[in-house]
Amino acid sequence: MNETTSTRFSIKAAGFLLILPLVLFLLAVFFVPLAGMLRLAVEDTDLSSVMPLTVEAIERWDGTGLPAPAVYDAVAVDLIAAKETRTAGVAARRLNYDTPSLRSVITATVRRLPKTTSTGTDWATELPAIDPAWGKPEIWQAIARARGPWSDFYLLSAFDLRRDPGGSIRAARDDGGLYVDVLIRTFIIAFTVTVICIVLALPAAFLLISTGSGVSSLLMIVLLLPLWTSVLVRSAAWMVILQKNGLINTLLINIGLIGQPLELIYNRTGVLIALTHILLPYAVLPILGAMRNVPRNQTLAANSLGAGPLRTFFSVYLPQILPGISAGGLLVFILSLGYYITPLLLGGAGDQLLPYYIAFNTTQTVNWGLAAALGSVLLAATFLLYAAYIRVVGVQRIGLG
Amino acid sequence: MKKVIHLAALVAALAVPGIAAARDLTVVSWGGLFQDAQRDVFFTPFKTETKAPLLEDSWDGGVGVLRSKAQAGDSNTWDLVEVEAEELAIGCEEGLFEVLDPAKFGGTEKYLPGTASDCGVPANIFSIAVAYDGDKIASGPKSWADFWDVKAFPGKRSLRNGPKMNLEFALMADGVSADKVYETLATPEGVDRAFAKLDELKPNIVWWTSGNQPMQLLGSGEVAMTTSYNGRIPAANAADKRNFKIIWPGAMLNVDSWVIMKGSPNSDSAYKLIDFMGRPEVQAKWPAKLNYGVSVTDAQKLVPAELAANLPTAPENLAGSLTLDAGFWVDNIDQLTERFSAWAAK
Repeated sequence: MNETTSTRFSIKAAGFLLILPLVLFLLAVFFVPLAGMLRLAVEDTDLSSVMPLTVEAIERWDGTGLPAPAVYDAVAVDLIAAKETRTAGVAARRLNYDTPSLRSVITATVRRLPKTTSTGTDWATELPAIDPAWGKPEIWQAIARARGPWSDFYLLSAFDLRRDPGGSIRAARDDGGLYVDVLIRTFIIAFTVTVICIVLALPAAFLLISTGSGVSSLLMIVLLLPLWTSVLVRSAAWMVILQKNGLINTLLINIGLIGQPLELIYNRTGVLIALTHILLPYAVLPILGAMRNVPRNQTLAANSLGAGPLRTFFSVYLPQILPGISAGGLLVFILSLGYYITPLLLGGAGDQLLPYYIAFNTTQTVNWGLAAALGSVLLAATFLLYAAYIRVVGVQRIGLG
Repeated sequence: MKKVIHLAALVAALAVPGIAAARDLTVVSWGGLFQDAQRDVFFTPFKTETKAPLLEDSWDGGVGVLRSKAQAGDSNTWDLVEVEAEELAIGCEEGLFEVLDPAKFGGTEKYLPGTASDCGVPANIFSIAVAYDGDKIASGPKSWADFWDVKAFPGKRSLRNGPKMNLEFALMADGVSADKVYETLATPEGVDRAFAKLDELKPNIVWWTSGNQPMQLLGSGEVAMTTSYNGRIPAANAADKRNFKIIWPGAMLNVDSWVIMKGSPNSDSAYKLIDFMGRPEVQAKWPAKLNYGVSVTDAQKLVPAELAANLPTAPENLAGSLTLDAGFWVDNIDQLTERFSAWAAK
């Protein structure tokens, strides 16, 4: 090894050491939680943690008719132990996710079981006597499906699907789905916001580069100021502005333009207005960067060669700022996929995005499996869309200027 | 030397919170005006009497929140929580709460019959009732059918987000009498009927989540009628000089309970607070604040008659009202919440 390669190597090593804290930071706060989320989406240990013997015993059941008496005994032993530790509710909740009404079967059974196990009880006849559900195959099939430790139950639920007793996949509800609709709605709203943002950002960015430096920096502050304000504050401010007796409606009624207040809040309109306002700077800045890179004399040259304003824009100007538009559009689109608080404050029940349902399942119903599955679906869908976009547009056509 | 002592004092002051991992009793209630009133009547006098520290937090309900608190183990900071009826039943079954030892708060006999249970003692008796602005609607709505009638009473309506009570209200609006509501809801057709009725009103519904919102929505004119905790209505009238009216027929009577979170390190202080709040002379001050009912039998005699007439527990207000069936919601809350979310999102 000669002198130069070893110097080069030590420079590289030093460089790596410098970014090591960043790598560790990303690993700890980004990749590890992400992996944890993906794991939660397929992990299914609620039932096995409360009823370990039952889960073990039901492995040997072939899934038809009723299981062997040994499985009944295992249920009785597990539930008597759960009665002592008051953990039966966890198993009851998991089975209730699968088949509603099983919560009450489990809790009613636990209530009527004795405090201690006595040998010699014929649980295969005792349990159905306590609750007739134990004498039917449905509850056993539900237990078999929920035995874990891994399952596709939550991921299927995130697509409004479930497995029927035969193991084939079918729609979870007869009255239509929820999460597929919400996913489609999330993408539609994100796409609409992106289009509006780009349409508004183009003239705004052009104004910023074409005015004098004094006005331009003032406009820049106006543009950036909202970025420094909390999203919550901005969303709440829009509530004040848009409500029935808010600023806009009062103004329009007072000057006689409208007789009845417009419905601007608790619907799609409110969500679109506020999201556009919040995300507009992310569209303006990359477009501005791209516009700065276009030499001014090129448009003049196009003009002098006989191209009209439209031809100049479409043949000379637009192709050069396209990377900026792509970058801005992608930023706005991906950011708006994750908005939670703005639609919550300004939208109706039909305008909530997927993050609302992730939060709902995390904090309200605490169905972490489903929340993780929904998060994974959103992540995967975003990656897929990003990949498709790169495929079509090309990565070199996205530039932050 | 002096410097060293200062430094040592500083270090000690910084270190103490770390060493003293034992935190102070934390009481969790429903926030806003409601918790302000509880502070005046219960929490502050308790602090004055016992000289013990007491922290407060607030929440908007949901058994899932309690589950995640219980799962958090040592990092759970809640001790005494006011919960709704089905949260009490589900949480008690799932072992989220301590099983109460009646000896530590003077027994359960002092409470109204049937209101104390394994894990909870009654905290508050209230109704969810319809309110409207008497200044805007002169001849006001009388029933749930009127609440649904957007032609006779134009304007939006506000209901609490979630299936609980809304399904009951929808059935009453559809002509089911109060005493037949749960009988009807027990059948799949009854649930379908309730959702179909909610469908009619859906374009005009603004959903509320926290107890402060209904009075804000009504006050700003955003909605013409709203459901609300009955006590918030006279409180808003008094605070903001409004003329909001309550419709008692068809209101739903609820009992909230105090529970102690499982494994709470402050259960002794929590028991002391439960004991304090259960004293008749303390309870008797409660209705004057927000027009909610008292849950201690001996306190009822101490409530002035003219005040008692405004309470959800007054016989004339109870007539035609419906008591929440916690058993129904324990069995069905998961499934109906999911169905409700799917329905509301369409």
